[in-house]
Amino acid sequence: MSKKKKISYLINMAGILFVFLVLTAVFQSGVLGNRTEYIKGICTTACYTIIMVASLNLLVGFMGEFSLGHAGFMSVGAYASAIVTNVLYQYVIPDGALFIIALLVGGITAAIAGVLVGIPALRLRGDYLAIVTVAFAEIIRVAFCNFKITGSGRTMSGIAKLSTFNWCFWAMVICLTFMFMYTRSRFGRTVTAIREDYIAASASGINVTFYKVLNFAISAFFAGVGGAMYAHYMTAMIPTNFNFNYSAEMLTEVIIGGTGSLTGSIIGAAFLSSLPELMRQFANYRMLAYSVVLVLVMIFKPGGIFGKWEFSLTRLLSRIKKFFKTPPKKQKEEGGSIDGETNYSGTENA
Amino acid sequence: MSLFIQSLINGLNQGAIYALIALGYTMVYGIIRMINFAHGDFIMVGAYTLFYTVPLMIHQGMPPWIAVFIAIVVCTVVGVLVERIAYRPVRAAGSMSALITALAMSLFLENLAMVVFGANPKSVTGIFNLPYLTIFGAKLQEKYLLTIGIGVLMMVGLQLFVKKTKLGKAMRAVPQDKEASVLMGVNVNKIISITFAIGSALAAVAALMYCSTYPRCTTDMGSMMGLKAFIAAVLGGIGSIPGAMVGGIIVGLVEIFVKVYVAPGWYEAITYSLLIFVLLIKPSGILGKSVGEKV
Repeated sequence: MSKKKKISYLINMAGILFVFLVLTAVFQSGVLGNRTEYIKGICTTACYTIIMVASLNLLVGFMGEFSLGHAGFMSVGAYASAIVTNVLYQYVIPDGALFIIALLVGGITAAIAGVLVGIPALRLRGDYLAIVTVAFAEIIRVAFCNFKITGSGRTMSGIAKLSTFNWCFWAMVICLTFMFMYTRSRFGRTVTAIREDYIAASASGINVTFYKVLNFAISAFFAGVGGAMYAHYMTAMIPTNFNFNYSAEMLTEVIIGGTGSLTGSIIGAAFLSSLPELMRQFANYRMLAYSVVLVLVMIFKPGGIFGKWEFSLTRLLSRIKKFFKTPPKKQKEEGGSIDGETNYSGTENA
Repeated sequence: MSLFIQSLINGLNQGAIYALIALGYTMVYGIIRMINFAHGDFIMVGAYTLFYTVPLMIHQGMPPWIAVFIAIVVCTVVGVLVERIAYRPVRAAGSMSALITALAMSLFLENLAMVVFGANPKSVTGIFNLPYLTIFGAKLQEKYLLTIGIGVLMMVGLQLFVKKTKLGKAMRAVPQDKEASVLMGVNVNKIISITFAIGSALAAVAALMYCSTYPRCTTDMGSMMGLKAFIAAVLGGIGSIPGAMVGGIIVGLVEIFVKVYVAPGWYEAITYSLLIFVLLIKPSGILGKSVGEKV
């Protein structure tokens, strides 16, 4: 590992820690008064929404294929983890360990579901794949409505409330770190190559189906983790929560944020999931506004608000440094040539 | 036996509704290669129009089904407007943008209806007041037979229109070769608008048939119906008019028979499994032509 890389890792760690400390300080100091718990809840919601949206972006942005059934994987993760924690709750296990077990169980079951769905579905592309993912998600929903263990279509309640803000924040940071590293790894770049031209990729010796299924499974894994956090935050859920509209909402957030930009997903998800909470009286108009924004984004900026741009703390710092070192006139010319560090950062969240 | 016949007629009725909706999907997909997710919501628009106009017609002393003509006009206007405002600007941007825009328009119409009409379901009653009919001991509603009849009539009419008229020829020419059809004097934008208009008008008729069977309209009725009708279109072979009919009838029959004879809770899952199965075995659908991909 080069020295530069190490420094950028450290800077990003510091950035994340800083955001966490600021949020904790805000919650502890009681500046918000009796709204503290409420705001904390919104931040927790934002945490798992960010994971879900970013996981969907792995498919939409990096693989260039649609999934309109991502809620299906979330529900697999949510129900699997809820069932496991209900069983394990009678043993004396610290909450933190149980939380981690729940997330892993949720993620792994969703990834298995992802492989099972992906192997047949990923033979199709484009519109057809989108429809087949809807079909799978609906089948999962109908199945959960009928299985006894998932509540036979009634609300499944009494799930342990394990998703506290602190745990969710760090789980989100770890998930995002993995996703950033994944998209920049050999695997992630292969998937991007398939997106650009799958025929050329397969001609270069890439096993297209394998990488597609792998990417699908990884995306499903994180959706499952998000679902597990959702289940242990809400403590009660019903299969119809994870319907087509929920999938569509997730997709909307990905697209508005920017396909192929995890930064866009993070900001989009954080913003779009906290905005309606803050303006409850306009709740009815939320999806209406989303859809109008979505159409406008498609017409005027088809890549989404952030496009493929990623936020980089190291780049920002080096730019600030350069700005103070060089006179402002020259800055404009040099702005484009600064080579941004490839790094990950989860510093921008609600 | 009587249960079988009753289920058969119910299934055909359901199938005719799906087939009419599927026609809208198939025509639009056939001409611009785009899944018009908002198509389901045109039905919702039609149903709400019926909710407001049927009492008006009864009040005026006219037969209530006349209201469908108002619904047709409203749906056509909505359909053409959606195409003009949202779809046309993104048409050149590729299938991904088109799909997202369609999804956005679907969400838009649904949520607009939620704001305008409220979340409570509305009931549309008394469109057809027809007696029951008894065949082989099965009690049949005559309006079901009427629905099936209207469905078949529409299908035949549309097929004739597309095959025999000049406009229909232009509609078939555009997806084959856009540039060549422009050179032949076809106004592509106009043809696409007309396609949307016809599709939306069919959605209004489907809304009438749906409301006469299930007298209830909700703001989200369109999306689930639309999804199943789309499945019907894909099943039959998207882009093919007889395919939409075959697919619609199959989906309708499967749904009703599974509901009655197999497992009531699982009928949706069976429909979706059927779709996945067909797509994996023959992605072009039952009556569709498979088109090779250019490298």
